[in-house]
Amino acid sequence: MKRATRILGMGFLLVAGFNHAAGSWRSVNAAPVLLPAEQQQMATEVKIDNFSFSPATLEIKAGTTVTWTNADDIPHTVVSNDKIFKSKVLDTDQKFSFTFDKPGTYPYFCSLHPKMTAKVVVQ
Amino acid sequence: MKKEDEVRDEIKFDHNGDGIDRRGFLRCMAWAGTGTLCVMKGGVLNSYSLSALSKLDPAAAMGELSFVQISDSHMGFNKPANPDVIGTLKAAIAKINALPGNPEFLLHTGDITHLAKPEEFDNVQQILKDAKVKETFYVPGEHDVASDEGKEYLERYGKGTKGAGWHSFDKNGVHFIGLVNVVDLKAGGLGTLGPEQLEWLEDDLKGKKSSTPIVVFAHIPLWSVYPQWGWGTEDSAQALSYLKKFGSVTVLNGHIHQTMQKIEGNVTFHTAASTAFPQPAPGTADSPGPMKVPAEQLRSVLGITSLNFVRGQKALAVVDSNLGE
Repeated sequence: MKRATRILGMGFLLVAGFNHAAGSWRSVNAAPVLLPAEQQQMATEVKIDNFSFSPATLEIKAGTTVTWTNADDIPHTVVSNDKIFKSKVLDTDQKFSFTFDKPGTYPYFCSLHPKMTAKVVVQ
Repeated sequence: MKKEDEVRDEIKFDHNGDGIDRRGFLRCMAWAGTGTLCVMKGGVLNSYSLSALSKLDPAAAMGELSFVQISDSHMGFNKPANPDVIGTLKAAIAKINALPGNPEFLLHTGDITHLAKPEEFDNVQQILKDAKVKETFYVPGEHDVASDEGKEYLERYGKGTKGAGWHSFDKNGVHFIGLVNVVDLKAGGLGTLGPEQLEWLEDDLKGKKSSTPIVVFAHIPLWSVYPQWGWGTEDSAQALSYLKKFGSVTVLNGHIHQTMQKIEGNVTFHTAASTAFPQPAPGTADSPGPMKVPAEQLRSVLGITSLNFVRGQKALAVVDSNLGE
């Protein structure tokens, strides 16, 4: 059953890729069958759109994985000011994830458009 | 308060005392369906619409050196603002080939590609082969260097350049300087030239006579167009300070996907249109993202810039023309 769901999910991914239907990716990834409930609580998302990160300040618990999704029609990057994490260039609908294990404040920006700044606060 | 002094408030530089300061801050924008020819003579700038070009003295219109600037071809971009960037770049080349008299060379002021993929660079190279010019000179945009720290760009265009790709050359007595202000950008900041490049620039200009006309080209504007959107360069004032002694300085930029011009003392600043997609005027939208215009209007907001230098007249003519004509 689980295997069948995953294959179905792949089908959706392909469709989403062809149609550029923003949001389809998210709904596939957020499908409860793919993520155990415990893990789901420890994952959170940041949306990149209109030349900004939202939320601009994200508060999370240590051990949380943050996934950035570029919903803009221009490429962006997610780069830590302190070089702790750095995505490749994310084209429209592409994602980048990083797991924050240690408490602290992690400011980051887009290296193509450095006016785009935000931070992750890990408790 | 004298009237002159009121205007003078807006002027930051007046090195030549050539009368430009009294004309105050000059800025003109060429918009959809229009083109502007700007000719500076003896410190006074005259502008003509493209439709009046035929009435100009052909010698003044052609000059001793003519070249063309193209910018922001964003090869690989395929969003609704322009699903056919190959077609519009080809249209730009056709426009260049139709200019009266062959321009000496092309300047591409960056964002050649959208994602710095080898196939994107290949496509541009293939299309530019059809341009009837002897040479093309480049500086990178942030899209050309973000994916791989500029490796692919430098492999193709880095020959004879320094650092991230800055370089200079001379044509018909005019000194051209290509600067790179798109690498190692800092959080919250603007374009950056960096100390190493600034040192090189100072050195490059040493020994040049103040009568040498200078043309500087770089991707991000070297003047503060709209810092809120990152449309400016952190350390451009330092670079411009090295250019103070020169009588004629022209700065050509891209990045903002629209034409804009201003004169400050001895320096004329000019930004070129994109061949790919337009962006909104400063502050007129929430963000500087691609602007979708009706398909039939697209080519009127994309374009090329041709420039003519006329020796002895202190004149540099800048002509913006759109792809729709």
